[in-house]
Amino acid sequence: MFVGIAILLACQVSGELLASALRIPLPGPVLGMALLALGLASTRRIPVGLAPTADALLKAMPLFFIPAGVGVLTLSETLRTAWLPITGALLGSTLLALLVTALFMKGTMRLLARFCPAPAAAPVTKSTP
Amino acid sequence: MTALWAGPLPGLFLTLLAYLLFSWLQVCARGHALANPVAWSIVALVVFLKLTHLPYARYFASAYFLHFLLGPATVALAIPLARELPRLRALLLPITAGLVAGNLTAILSALALAKVLGGSTKVALSLAPKSVTTPIAMGISEKIGGHPSLTAVLVITTGVIGAVLGPLVLTRLRVFDPAVRGTAMGVSSHGLGTARIYQESSEAGAFSGLAMGLSGLLTALFLPVLVRLLGLK
Repeated sequence: MFVGIAILLACQVSGELLASALRIPLPGPVLGMALLALGLASTRRIPVGLAPTADALLKAMPLFFIPAGVGVLTLSETLRTAWLPITGALLGSTLLALLVTALFMKGTMRLLARFCPAPAAAPVTKSTP
Repeated sequence: MTALWAGPLPGLFLTLLAYLLFSWLQVCARGHALANPVAWSIVALVVFLKLTHLPYARYFASAYFLHFLLGPATVALAIPLARELPRLRALLLPITAGLVAGNLTAILSALALAKVLGGSTKVALSLAPKSVTTPIAMGISEKIGGHPSLTAVLVITTGVIGAVLGPLVLTRLRVFDPAVRGTAMGVSSHGLGTARIYQESSEAGAFSGLAMGLSGLLTALFLPVLVRLLGLK
């Protein structure tokens, strides 16, 4: 367990350092995730002790969003004046983004399934009538 | 009482208590999505802070340890990601298509809806990066002339909306593939959506975590350019 925590924190620290050194517009933990994924992919095995720690953290992850979420109460002033554009945009845009992502991904998968079984035979040749 | 709030004890305890209570209630509601424990815990804690006149900053400082754990938990998403690598490689093209389309939709529809419904440019700009993870969104918001702390709250609210409604909508649309469900959640509702969909399956969680990271990167690249093109800055 401690090994797992140490590995996760090491990746997070590396992510933070890398982000600030190379001025990458990504937060440290997200870069840390990328670094760890690359590391795990290249060693092709997950160190003992890392998997259970990661699993426990991921299962509890929703809980970690609560303190920041309670910050919504600092917004009461803005909400009073702009509640309509805010609620409308949040609801509408979140669901639209969800929908469009799913449809584009599914559509591309369907297209690939239709055209890709013969990947070499994909040149655009018109059959002459 | 005041002395107690100087340490992490009450913040940690109350947050955990609320989460446990509402998780239990969700089980009682047979796992209904609208009984989302994060959403209800936030509501309960807001009510508690309002009633006791405790400043949010006090509570946040006291519950900070939980907030901190978001970092290592995000890094931990690498483990399901590494497990799903073969499938991920096979789905590279569909994921890219979903990511680009979903990202542009999230940005443009937020700007358009905010404007159409009478929001100021500042509110619209603060809303634009709402679908990506908080630290990225705040950075972008500042860069394009939004209000970073407003953005932070809007991002979390987006995550709650996605976590509560996302799985319901996807099921209604007959999207059952964990890869597609995960990617759609990661693009539309970042870490909160990812945390929610991970509970469904670690495979969906892996795709969601990946989509969250890439979508943050794409929005950081797209949004400043789009704002300039639209003449909002």
